[in-house]
Amino acid sequence: MSADIIYQVFFGVLLACCSICMYRISSGPTVPDRTVAIDIMGVVMVGFCAILSIVTGKDYYINIAIAWALLSFIGTLALAKFLEGKGFDE
Amino acid sequence: MRKLVMFIVSFITWMLLVFRGKAGTCCFNLQDVIAGLFAAMLTALIFGETFTKNPHKFFDLRRYLWFLVYLPMFLYWCLLANLDVVYRVFHPKMPINPGIVKVKTTLKSKSGITALCNSITLTPGTLCVDLTDDGYIYIHWINVESQNVEEASRMIIQKFEKILTRIFE
Amino acid sequence: MNEIIGLIFIAVGVFFDLAGCIGLARLPDIYNRLQAATKSVTLGTCLILAGCAVFKGILSPMGIKALICGVFILLTSPTAAHALARGAHLFGVKLWDKSVCDMYEQDKKNF
Repeated sequence: MSADIIYQVFFGVLLACCSICMYRISSGPTVPDRTVAIDIMGVVMVGFCAILSIVTGKDYYINIAIAWALLSFIGTLALAKFLEGKGFDE
Repeated sequence: MRKLVMFIVSFITWMLLVFRGKAGTCCFNLQDVIAGLFAAMLTALIFGETFTKNPHKFFDLRRYLWFLVYLPMFLYWCLLANLDVVYRVFHPKMPINPGIVKVKTTLKSKSGITALCNSITLTPGTLCVDLTDDGYIYIHWINVESQNVEEASRMIIQKFEKILTRIFE
Repeated sequence: MNEIIGLIFIAVGVFFDLAGCIGLARLPDIYNRLQAATKSVTLGTCLILAGCAVFKGILSPMGIKALICGVFILLTSPTAAHALARGAHLFGVKLWDKSVCDMYEQDKKNF
């Protein structure tokens, strides 16, 4: 019973982190700010998947976490290379 | 030679991913091992040439020992960096004093410089921004204490440079 | 016993994640945000994954996969941070008004 409350607290805090990232994505003054927030949200979601694999007892959520980490990294690199090209106004 | 190193690294990674940890019985499935051999061979044939420049470094056991020395030091600095971030973020006045400074490194190899930049980014108050061909690194420092190149080099990167030279050079 | 140690690891990691995200909201310009967020969120997520590995037993299949994921994040997250910082500077984002010095801008003019 008490373990369930602990997991709910973890999920609540991680969801608060995601909402802060969403706030920064929606209101970031420049384009790189939004990119940073997208990157950080990807890494937070990896931790979310890891806790989910403990709560449900299913092992395959950790595979989802690995794939999410790979795709988030590649997407961030692509966006960063795109930012260096400069021909993109606010 | 390079392809052999790439083959070994990718095969070990595959083996860790398909590990079925039942002690006593067979730890691996035969199908997984055969598929891993083919996948690692394909990876080595395609990407082997771009992996590393000096493959003989991988067979030097002293480098691994120095890496084991480096790991606890790195984890200690990493934890300290996080406590520093927690202090600066939760302080009501946000005591920051940022700026971009320039430091000079003596490392030559590309993997060594990459490891140095990753270490700089995860240690207290510094973030690597760019590097030039002749060994200068531009660092964003959240609390600038010195704008001189030598002094900043001494304060930021000297604690990593000796041990990273032994690992990567 | 393993479960309690794992839960403590996960709790510390979640706290660091929260600190990093609050830094993302409070700090004034992109470089400071990148610093706080990268450091805290990287170590926080690695601690969560290590806690999962300890919870299920390190030599179980899931424990090894969680440790591989943690090592992967520890290697790639700083690299993404370098790429973003360089891209933002080349994109033209200025530093915060109260910044002390910007040697990169001075040297970029001399190129």
